[in-house]
Amino acid sequence: MAGPWRSTILNLLEKIGLRIKDPNNITKPKEVSRVMGAMKTQTTQPKSFSRGMQTVTLIPGDGIGPEISTAVMKIFEAAKAPIQWEEKNVTAIKGPGGKWIIPPEAKESMDKNKIGLKGPLKTPIAAGHPSMNLLLRKTFDLYANVRPCMSIEGYKTPYTDVDLVTIRENTEGEYSGIEHTIVDGVVQSIKLITEDASRKIAEYAFEYAKNNQRASVTAVHKANIMRMSDGLFLRKCRQVAENYRDIKFTEMYLDTVCLNMVQDPTQFDVLVMPNLYGDILSDLCAGLIGGLGVTPSGNIGANNVAIFESVHGTAPDIAGLDLANPTALLLSAVMMLRHMGMHDYSKKIETACFNTIRDKKVLTGDLGGKSKCSEFTAEICQRVRDMD
Amino acid sequence: RDIVLLWPPPAKYGGRHTVTLIPGDGIGPELLNHVRELFRFSCVPVDFEVVNVCSSTEDDINNAITAIRRNGVALKGNIETLHTLPASHKSRNNLLRTSLDLYANVMHCKSLPGVQTRHNNIDIMIIRENTEGEYSSLEHESVTGVVECLKIITRTNSLRIAEYAFKLAREKGRKRVTAVHKANIMKLGDGLFLQCCREVAAGYPDIAFDAMIVDNTTMQLVSKPQQFDVMVMPNLYGNVVSNVCAGLVGGPGLVPGANYGHDYAVFETATRNTGKSIADRNIANPTAMLLASCMMLDHLKLYDYATMIRNAVLTTMNETRVRLNSPRRCSPHTFHN
Repeated sequence: MAGPWRSTILNLLEKIGLRIKDPNNITKPKEVSRVMGAMKTQTTQPKSFSRGMQTVTLIPGDGIGPEISTAVMKIFEAAKAPIQWEEKNVTAIKGPGGKWIIPPEAKESMDKNKIGLKGPLKTPIAAGHPSMNLLLRKTFDLYANVRPCMSIEGYKTPYTDVDLVTIRENTEGEYSGIEHTIVDGVVQSIKLITEDASRKIAEYAFEYAKNNQRASVTAVHKANIMRMSDGLFLRKCRQVAENYRDIKFTEMYLDTVCLNMVQDPTQFDVLVMPNLYGDILSDLCAGLIGGLGVTPSGNIGANNVAIFESVHGTAPDIAGLDLANPTALLLSAVMMLRHMGMHDYSKKIETACFNTIRDKKVLTGDLGGKSKCSEFTAEICQRVRDMD
Repeated sequence: RDIVLLWPPPAKYGGRHTVTLIPGDGIGPELLNHVRELFRFSCVPVDFEVVNVCSSTEDDINNAITAIRRNGVALKGNIETLHTLPASHKSRNNLLRTSLDLYANVMHCKSLPGVQTRHNNIDIMIIRENTEGEYSSLEHESVTGVVECLKIITRTNSLRIAEYAFKLAREKGRKRVTAVHKANIMKLGDGLFLQCCREVAAGYPDIAFDAMIVDNTTMQLVSKPQQFDVMVMPNLYGNVVSNVCAGLVGGPGLVPGANYGHDYAVFETATRNTGKSIADRNIANPTAMLLASCMMLDHLKLYDYATMIRNAVLTTMNETRVRLNSPRRCSPHTFHN
């Protein structure tokens, strides 16, 4: 290798964290090529931070948010997970120019850490600002909403063996918010489908399937009625499917999916769809496994930003009474660990949680038990400690 | 003229009614053959005028529409829509519904004895707006790569469907009507629909009215479907909810559906499946189509025949306890009744 090129390459390798002690005698060529390979393939999962602590922005939220966030922090402490929490508040403030924005320190923190965990946020009705979730979505361009739905042993529902993932496009579609009154008594809502957004969500879906060893991806649409819009969505999905030959790609009408979902949910694997269908189907799947109190959810954005959240409400009637169920936020945090590549910690915490629910000895009210949130948390912490 | 008590066209030509029959594609033709055979065995005074609709030209569907205008009543199978064709080729089923202004799609989901399902005691009536909403087929590509699809909600149609829902609820002795919407996001569109429902509800103080957001509705349907009584909703949510309910009571082969307009009525299976994968293999479940034909007989005021066929179908299902039974078994049973 010529002189200046060599030193440039060595400097670059040092910048990304690979120190080569003796450049004349590279003892680990495999490591060098692996790092070069990782640089070339832009995966949506960030590099695993196996050394050192990873800082995560924590947004406790309102209502039961603070108590379940504390519960999750306690469990992570017991598991000795290398996570440092940075608590931030995201109540909307009026920024320069009169537009509602989230506080700049919160935004800075998220941009720096790239990973966030959010509790339930309430939208006050007369506050004048749009829903907080919408604001967060717009600020960080969270284009994909991922909800893995897996049946929880010990929490009986009429449906068993559910194991599917719904990936929903989160920015456009029917929820573009563009509506007009044409004449008095006639209203039109515009559903927007763009090539870019459809391609991004399809790519994310296939990447997710690949990274999580999923066998098939199904696109859900209604192209027999909405020929151009859902047709465009389908075309993009088909195009992206060409690059992932080992993952099976199917297309199914929305009504057929609904029909089959309530009869036999085991036939579905990964579902990718536009906004409205995604909203309905992801809540349908949450209902299959037991409701929003046990369903994790993650939002993936541009620039590798990811915010994991619990999708249930703030439950103001039980706030502060130590009765809340932290399962949804805990499972979302587990999803977050998996996203960061910390598979062993995520497995440990998840197993502890599922075992606790399966044993049915210490359960919160909504799961059918009579224990308090703190007792439930303590039980999980104990199990996590016992596993070491 | 009272909206719910649609006057059927009077019987002509010696007391026999004429009904348009549109076989459609997939399992449609074989199911409708069974209906015809059953009617022949039971000596039902109905003659069928068969109109075939092939999906390529506009003429066929126009013939079918003219035939239905002439006869007033139709029984149809689903006509396939190849979504790979360009957008100018509209869905034939949709064209039929909008031309005849069949504004109300009514589906009654009831748990049938003898059918094993995860939930029991379901008895939900779903009334779905059938002509506008997301199915307006108004789409355009404003810039390359950006497609807009318009969803239209009008006050007249929303009031009409709400009136229909409450009148039907009162007629059948139902206690509660639930409107399904997404007005927190689509504030103007679904907001208008909800407002119209509330206005109509004020005129029916004996019937309770509440509203539920569509994603919460689907979640409740899979956990506690017994809480619902009558549901009214715009077109797309109707599609989702009706398919979910059909799945809850046992599948697409069991639930009949009816499309009512001011002057015409068309009966079909509720979930409108073409069933291409099971066509011509003698495994399709004829129950949905047979029960739809019973609904048609009720509409024509031939109540005795309707009850006879309905009892025969339900008894057969109860005794054999098999979901996809061979259709042949239905006919001899009716003969004995």
